[in-house]
Amino acid sequence: MKYKDYYGVMGVDRKASAEEIKSAYRKLARKYHPDVSKEPGAEEKFKELGEAYETLKDPEKRAAYDQLGSHAPGQEFRPPPGWERQFGEGQFSFDDIDLGDLFAGMAGGMRRGGPGGAKIRMPGQDYEVTAHITLEDAYRGTEVDLELTVPEYDEDGFPHRVRRAFKARIPRGATDGQRLRLPGKGGKGTNGGRDGDLYLNIALHPHRLFRVSGHDLYLDLPLAPWEAVLGTSVQVPTLGGSVRLKVPPGTHAGRQLRLAGRGLPKPHAGEGDLFAIVQIAVPTVTSERERALFKELAGVSTFNPRGHFEQEDAK
Amino acid sequence: MKIEQATWLHEHYEFSVEELCELSGLSETELRELVDYGVLAPVDSGARAWTFRADRLVVARSARRLRKDFDLDPHAVALVVTMLERVRDLEAELRDLRARLPRSVE
Repeated sequence: MKYKDYYGVMGVDRKASAEEIKSAYRKLARKYHPDVSKEPGAEEKFKELGEAYETLKDPEKRAAYDQLGSHAPGQEFRPPPGWERQFGEGQFSFDDIDLGDLFAGMAGGMRRGGPGGAKIRMPGQDYEVTAHITLEDAYRGTEVDLELTVPEYDEDGFPHRVRRAFKARIPRGATDGQRLRLPGKGGKGTNGGRDGDLYLNIALHPHRLFRVSGHDLYLDLPLAPWEAVLGTSVQVPTLGGSVRLKVPPGTHAGRQLRLAGRGLPKPHAGEGDLFAIVQIAVPTVTSERERALFKELAGVSTFNPRGHFEQEDAK
Repeated sequence: MKIEQATWLHEHYEFSVEELCELSGLSETELRELVDYGVLAPVDSGARAWTFRADRLVVARSARRLRKDFDLDPHAVALVVTMLERVRDLEAELRDLRARLPRSVE
């Protein structure tokens, strides 16, 4: 069995009072709670913290933990002789048991629902996993490979870590931050309790061209100055293949041209839109002839793009 | 390998009170308190048997975790959940504004 330093995780002394332990937990929980924290790795840290606190706040579990002695975190160790008889019932192998699972199952005896243990119906634990997918995957629907390590209880009621791998189908209609549920794919329930669920949180990889807001997509559409002035028809990429878009004459920078229904499909029905945002691109390399034409245009044009500045000065 | 079907937690699917309690781990009393405090709203509060939009499960689960992990009373849970919802709305608005911003702006 691998040792876990619960006092170290909570940043308290081995002699800390119950009040000090509670206060340390509250401070760290505010920092790492997955619902309120933006810290990287917060979920993992909160899990460690929760496990440490569950054991140290309970005087019986804390006494059992203290008797395991002090080892380096992750170090393989065996509990002192008689430990399992004092705190649980009977002999069992500690080899592949997770310390946290052991203490979690320790309620009125060490085993969970074993022959001597209390037969309490317990639902399996829920798990949350983030699935990183591409925008193309969200558009078409996709399959993701998932892997979980969950505690399962043997016939004597002892917890063992079991690796579970499976594929999950993500239907068309996903977008950033959306949630899906895989019923019964979390931890196993005990004594007839229902199995836990697995919740998938969708995270989209950034795309080279498209930016995502809900089910709408945004695309920068660079136009040459003369295309914006004269109007044109351009080929625009969409997730379903490129389409032709008519740009009306006199299109200014920042204008959003809407391609209805060319966004991401929605889970229930319909789809979002694609917005092409016009940008005026200026050629950096120009030939003699081009410069001459621009100069001629500058001489002929009466267009003043800063007319509103002058109105301000006149006030 | 068998392929598991994931189901959406979106607004077009609904859970009953019993389902929402079972999936979130909240008791029915706690769930009704959250409704009283305005954190969760049933689809039709006048209906004899309440139902909730499936995406509300995320809020209900969050409420249950906060209550348990921070040892909060129902009023404090309601306050925190309301604030978190506001943060989420603002984050969504920020994402939307960022998506509209041309990439090459200097």
